[in-house]
Amino acid sequence: MKILSFKYFSIALASVWLIIFTLFPNFFILIVSFLERDEINFIKPVATLDNFKTLADPIFLSIFIKSLYLSSVTTLLCLILSYPFVLITSKFTENMKKILLLLVIIPFWTSSLIRTYALITILKANGVINSLLISLHIIDAPMNILYTDVAVFIGLTYTLLPFMIIPLFVSVDNIDYQLIEAAYDLGAGKIRTLYSIIIPLTLPGIIAGCVLVFLPSLGLFYIPDILGGSKSMLIGNLIKNQFLITMNWPLGSSISILLNLVLGILLFIYYKSLRRLNKIVTD
Amino acid sequence: MKTTSLKIFYIFFILLFLYIPIITLIIYSFNDATYSTVWSGFTLKWYRHLAENDQLINAALNSLIVAILSSTIAVFLGTITSVALYRYSFYWKKFLYYLIFIVLMSPDIVMGISWLMLFSFFNLDLGFLTLLLSHIAFSFPFVAIVIYSRLRGLDKYIVEAAYDLGAGDFIIFRYIIFPSILPAVITSWLLSFTLSMDDVLVSFFVAGPTFDILPLRIYSMVKLGVKPDINALSAIIFLFTIIIVVITQLISWDKKRG
Repeated sequence: MKILSFKYFSIALASVWLIIFTLFPNFFILIVSFLERDEINFIKPVATLDNFKTLADPIFLSIFIKSLYLSSVTTLLCLILSYPFVLITSKFTENMKKILLLLVIIPFWTSSLIRTYALITILKANGVINSLLISLHIIDAPMNILYTDVAVFIGLTYTLLPFMIIPLFVSVDNIDYQLIEAAYDLGAGKIRTLYSIIIPLTLPGIIAGCVLVFLPSLGLFYIPDILGGSKSMLIGNLIKNQFLITMNWPLGSSISILLNLVLGILLFIYYKSLRRLNKIVTD
Repeated sequence: MKTTSLKIFYIFFILLFLYIPIITLIIYSFNDATYSTVWSGFTLKWYRHLAENDQLINAALNSLIVAILSSTIAVFLGTITSVALYRYSFYWKKFLYYLIFIVLMSPDIVMGISWLMLFSFFNLDLGFLTLLLSHIAFSFPFVAIVIYSRLRGLDKYIVEAAYDLGAGDFIIFRYIIFPSILPAVITSWLLSFTLSMDDVLVSFFVAGPTFDILPLRIYSMVKLGVKPDINALSAIIFLFTIIIVVITQLISWDKKRG
């Protein structure tokens, strides 16, 4: 028999890799978030709860609230834009659906940094939108869009839209069309059918899409950096600054823990909604 | 019908929203004006500028090297991991699933800082090696998931029949499992490649000051001010991406048919 069989080799390799690059690093964040800061070595092995207390500081709180606001509006915008798109495409032929989905995915495979940069060309004072509106005599003077919250909303929505469309698409595609027909036969109008049949059935897709948009939007620091002119601070920018500018690793870690907590809550809601839906369907 | 045309219009509106920025970039990469958005005639000078920009070309080559190496290693690790998860049972198997799931779900920025702390704990200088390791680490779960779902579609009896006929683990892997997961292997390699080429959030923390890669170079160029060289570069990158996406789609459509 071979000493090193494929079985033990493969299991050992997978385990060692995942322990070093997933378990260890996550442990580090957790531990460092309870340690004190050190000017030279970044961390001092002294246990403290100060980092979490600092998070309750009004300055940080206002950043969190602003960040949650930007991310929530982005998520809502993505949902409002995507839902009609997905409902309309669900009526198309299979081939057409494939092509449309591919068209949605292609930008998602392109560097999001380059696409964010492309938005500058469009939004700036002498950019495409303003030039177009002025030449059509809709406005007289260029609008200031770049370096405002509106630009950040546009940037985040633009980057994250595919993350909303894809899960929605999957869940709308899975709807049993007979249920919709049954609703029509029973006299439900279009709005009633949408409200009582389609939306509840696609709820897991809606929530999955919201999680996939909301979470990355909290961390994508370069979009507010580029489009918001660093004026709109997001949790992502805050973490980045703690690690690269003010060098406060413990505080940065505790903010990351907060971010993971948000992730946990969102996943829990997703899981619950799936359970509820399964219960409704089987009942 | 009126509502139908409204619906078609809406689909076009969303697609326009997704594509106008990219199309604008490509058009402006041929525009003979430095700062103005007014069309001043066709030119290829930005592409010439780009060809002379050694810094940018160097960063692009570094990115390519990291992307090719990291996706190859990630595919190797991911394939072995998913085969192990598929074939064998061991009592911490569930735990490995959870760890893969954690990397899949963690926000990029959290992974970036966690690896930064990992490397500083092991006293590794930030640079090529740390960048490569992190890119492998964030591509790896995607590879594992893609290949694992392909493996689940594999007929278990074929593997059992091979066992009965006396084939060892390696022979089974080489002649049965590997050929049947090959499309998934190629797809996941391409996925890892694009993930690596696009990544900003993780690289930002683990690249260090000496090793220059394309996304970070573009980031600093964008922060300093818009130059049409970037338009030319973006147009080239976009073309590359489309080719890769089309190849991937052809492979996956072929897989579904077969």
